[in-house]
Amino acid sequence: MRNCGHIDPENIKDYITRDGYQALGTVVTELKPIEVIEIIEQSGLRGRGGAGFPTGLKWKFTHQAAGKEKYVVANADEGEPGTSKDRLIMEGDPHSLLEAMAIAGYAIGANTGYIYIRGEYQLAIKRLKIAIAQAKEMGLLGENLFDSGFNFEIKIREGAGAYVCGEETALLKSIEGERGEPQVKPPYPTNEGLWGQPTLINNVETLANIAVIIREGAEWFNEIGTEGCPGTKVFTLSGDVENEGIIELPMGTPLRRIIEGFGGGMVDDKEFKVAQSGGSSGGCMPKELLDTPMDYDSLAEIGMTLGSGALLVMDETHCIVDIAKCLMQFFKHESCGKCVPCREGNKRLYNRLDKISKGEGELEDLERLRDLADTMSKTALCGLGQMAPTSIYTTLKYFKDEYLTHIEDNNCTTGSCRGLVDLEVQDKRGGKDYGNNN
Amino acid sequence: MEIIIDGQKCEAEAGQTVLEAAQQIGIKIPTLCYLKEVNEIGACRICIVEIEGKGYQTACTFPVSEGLRIKTTSPEIRRLRKLNLELILANHPQDCLKCERSTNCELQSLSKELGVEKVRFAQDSGGYKLDQSTPSIVRDYNKCIKCRRCVSVCEKVQGVKALYPNQRSFKAIISPGYKQELKDVSCVLCGQCIHACPVAAIKEKDDTERVWQVLNDENKHVVLQIAPAVRVALGEEFELPPGTPITEKIVTACRRLGFDKIFDTVFSADLTIVEEGHELLARLKNDGPLPLFTSCSPGWIKYIEHFHSDLLDHLSSCKSPQQMFGALAKSYYAETEGIEPENIVVVSIMPCTAKKFEATREEMEVNGNRDIDIVLTTRELARMLRVCGVDLMKLPAGEFDAPLGITTGAGDIFGITGGVMEAALRTVYEEVTENELEKLEFNQVRGFEGVREASIDLAGQEVNVAIINGLGNVDEVLTAIKEGEKEYHFVEVMSCPGGCIGGGGQPIPTTEEIIVQRGKGLYDIDQAKEIRKSHENPIIKEIYKDYLGEIGGQKAHNLLHTTYQERDQY
Amino acid sequence: MEATIEEITKALDSERTPLISVLHAVQAELGYLSTEGLKIVAKKLDIPLSKVYGVATFYTLLDTEEKGENVIRLCESAPCHIKGATNILTELQDKLDIDVGETTDDNKFSLEMTSCLGICAVAPAIMINGTVYGNLTSKKLDSILDRY
Repeated sequence: MRNCGHIDPENIKDYITRDGYQALGTVVTELKPIEVIEIIEQSGLRGRGGAGFPTGLKWKFTHQAAGKEKYVVANADEGEPGTSKDRLIMEGDPHSLLEAMAIAGYAIGANTGYIYIRGEYQLAIKRLKIAIAQAKEMGLLGENLFDSGFNFEIKIREGAGAYVCGEETALLKSIEGERGEPQVKPPYPTNEGLWGQPTLINNVETLANIAVIIREGAEWFNEIGTEGCPGTKVFTLSGDVENEGIIELPMGTPLRRIIEGFGGGMVDDKEFKVAQSGGSSGGCMPKELLDTPMDYDSLAEIGMTLGSGALLVMDETHCIVDIAKCLMQFFKHESCGKCVPCREGNKRLYNRLDKISKGEGELEDLERLRDLADTMSKTALCGLGQMAPTSIYTTLKYFKDEYLTHIEDNNCTTGSCRGLVDLEVQDKRGGKDYGNNN
Repeated sequence: MEIIIDGQKCEAEAGQTVLEAAQQIGIKIPTLCYLKEVNEIGACRICIVEIEGKGYQTACTFPVSEGLRIKTTSPEIRRLRKLNLELILANHPQDCLKCERSTNCELQSLSKELGVEKVRFAQDSGGYKLDQSTPSIVRDYNKCIKCRRCVSVCEKVQGVKALYPNQRSFKAIISPGYKQELKDVSCVLCGQCIHACPVAAIKEKDDTERVWQVLNDENKHVVLQIAPAVRVALGEEFELPPGTPITEKIVTACRRLGFDKIFDTVFSADLTIVEEGHELLARLKNDGPLPLFTSCSPGWIKYIEHFHSDLLDHLSSCKSPQQMFGALAKSYYAETEGIEPENIVVVSIMPCTAKKFEATREEMEVNGNRDIDIVLTTRELARMLRVCGVDLMKLPAGEFDAPLGITTGAGDIFGITGGVMEAALRTVYEEVTENELEKLEFNQVRGFEGVREASIDLAGQEVNVAIINGLGNVDEVLTAIKEGEKEYHFVEVMSCPGGCIGGGGQPIPTTEEIIVQRGKGLYDIDQAKEIRKSHENPIIKEIYKDYLGEIGGQKAHNLLHTTYQERDQY
Repeated sequence: MEATIEEITKALDSERTPLISVLHAVQAELGYLSTEGLKIVAKKLDIPLSKVYGVATFYTLLDTEEKGENVIRLCESAPCHIKGATNILTELQDKLDIDVGETTDDNKFSLEMTSCLGICAVAPAIMINGTVYGNLTSKKLDSILDRY
């Protein structure tokens, strides 16, 4: 994000003034593809889309895979709620993405790149189109780049409203004009991706790191962040903090520092209750985890995720059951409907939470929630279904008492669960509605 | 390569899945959405196994690799499978007692296999309206478990692509399109999706009640025709091994149901050969249009009308044996017996769902009388027999009635892919060469490959023939014909894999192995017949002499030939 | 309609597997994806109709039902939820006198829910057609709706 706000994103010259396209020039004229991959490997860069897979390794697999054509795909389907880092990069520094894609294309042996971008991101789409046109005009995209004989073109494909298309196999299906449904792996996209050809899929933020790594070197990158997770991470901070917004920080910055330092603390000095890290599919971190370093490994250790870098901070006025229900509402809507645990599971999780929020919960509901959440995370076909119940796990672990209050005392202390507020009235009418339970 | 499954070392081949490797050593991993080589999408998650270092994976999709260590059963695996099955069950009506697939339902068996004792989720059945828009097939969205086997069969096996997942998430349904019913789309009604369906979400339209009604009506003279493929399959509904021919028992059983006459579609198959053979020879003589396509498979007729209407003039104008039978029953038979055609009800027992549609085609009537009144599938006949407590195996043998029940072996093999071709060749060969065939079996046209071709020497003229087994193979052949790569004179097309013996109205299950057995049954019947050439059928000779006049003549045309129409592809 | 769709498919001719791009363009041109329109798309691209429907009904930005002149999409994701999106929903329902998925009698507004719009810093947010509005309050909502 080094250029965001410092350059005019609709003017390629601004980007070039700040060393833009220098890395691409170096790569295609001075380095062999495998040397480029080695630099990325040495940098230790890991995928910023959520899974944290080593980027260099992914490039290497695609480089090694046999295919008559290969593709680079930028995953710009930033659908994770509470995340807007990729949008900011594309709106503020579109050329950093284009340059990286061309470098990746050179490294793996692809001449075509696709940017798969959410249909909702109209401004980003507009700026990317301008950027591509300008780069082409200046010979920085197209044929024979830097007289190296290397050709690379970039096309934009707009998504049409499906969160699941952030999953790489679903994304490829969508480019192929299909329903965006995830496919079983193997085969992996690195071997059989777009139209059956080897395909490298990287997140926008991951790609935005490429040019600077090439320019400054792997060692420079290594010095930022933690040992296992070098580099920076872009966080999208939202919720009940004074300063919401997007910040790029070294990997491993503790949660407390992000909230108190950059977030300016809680609004109205209310008590911190919980932060959800990684978007809707992320875990809910209670007060006692405020000092956790925010990087892939540290979070994985405690069953949390860094995910997309979304950080939703909530104060004491919010109800855990209500939040979990809202999250399940989202997954219930966004599941692609192909595999059983995700299609049916999210609906059932939602129904059970709804039941609890209405004061109709029973103790065994908690067991059912846990059982189902566990089955989904172990057996769902793709990351969506596997990660959807993360909030259920983590809230049952850290906020069990709050669930119990809803069930045993029919009480929502925050007043968020409207069903519970209405409950007395319903009882007077002589019965509750059990029509749509668990 | 060597892999380890449940502690056992086992040899596996590259390209195999864990499921296949396990099957080899006697480990049966439960499956639901899996259909070998057709639907391998890992959607139901029932076949999950634990693979060391890779977590839980679906056995039906995961490829073996050297040293793979797999656990196919453990308390945890069983718990996970069971919970996913419960999720399916909670969305599936629990009305097994009233369901026609009860005791023949994969979901029910699986539930028993996995030991499901209760479903820990509230019952939630969709409230969808049934699709009863066609005369052939009923789709029950409420029972659909979204395994997508029908989608894959329709696309990959039949090449029709009438079904697809629509909407998404828990609202996802398998349908011909948003707010579309089967009648609105280019579904050919072959019914192969019924065989693919593990539950009762797709079934034939049940017409048994209509048959009970006419059987109970004293003013109606109810005649029955039974298609060849039925006699080698019906036994499966009564626990007999697949392919067991039980023709004589079926005749007795149907008599007990109260039909006035029991006739045989094999008779009109013979008639079809005589008419169609004549048509082929005429086209060979008059330059076309060639190739001539057979017209006895109604799914194929609907397919070409939707997808290749530019080739409609290549279709034989002959009605199918089912329709020829009806036309004669209400003309020749009615006249000779002195019964008003209006009082005759023709019922067919067919291995086919598309036959129900064929019978309703507007043009299928003579003098205002519908050729066929009611069509039942093999499965529906079994249902009627069960209701009446007919103990099939204890019945004495019966015989078809004359005249429309006198048949030759050539007509029997109509029920198997290549059979119409073979029957036609027996007749056409003798007609053209005026020599008697030494060997009646044309082995070149037998078999179960998707496309077979042969060249036959007819008195110096080389006749190129092709057999298309299953609609999924049609486009390849038609493209080759259109592009001039292939020059055929005569092409047999059967909609369903294996021909009518694999038809959409046949007993469930209908698998490749079962189809082979049924085919053997038909060849055995042909083999045992005294007369095995259609043109030697004595009744047919008589009918032409006394009633129809010339083969391919005016009267024959009025009664036995038909027309086709272009239908929308999209 | 046929001519419009033909023009669209021709313009996207160089694109490989262009179905979704075509559907986007057809919707932009014709307002929504009617049965008739989808049939023409299927024909022009030679894709089975069942699949064209399957794809059109998978994505929330593609409409197979006629919508009002302006489509209001309210973000239902967690960051907006905790900032009171539920109240905004109630307000919208009251003001427009319609439920989610419905269109006002004068055909002016349709109300839909959407997943995250990526502007969580100004939650709660709505998108009307292509324009995004954040930091919503009841009062602000009135003045926004007045613009349409």
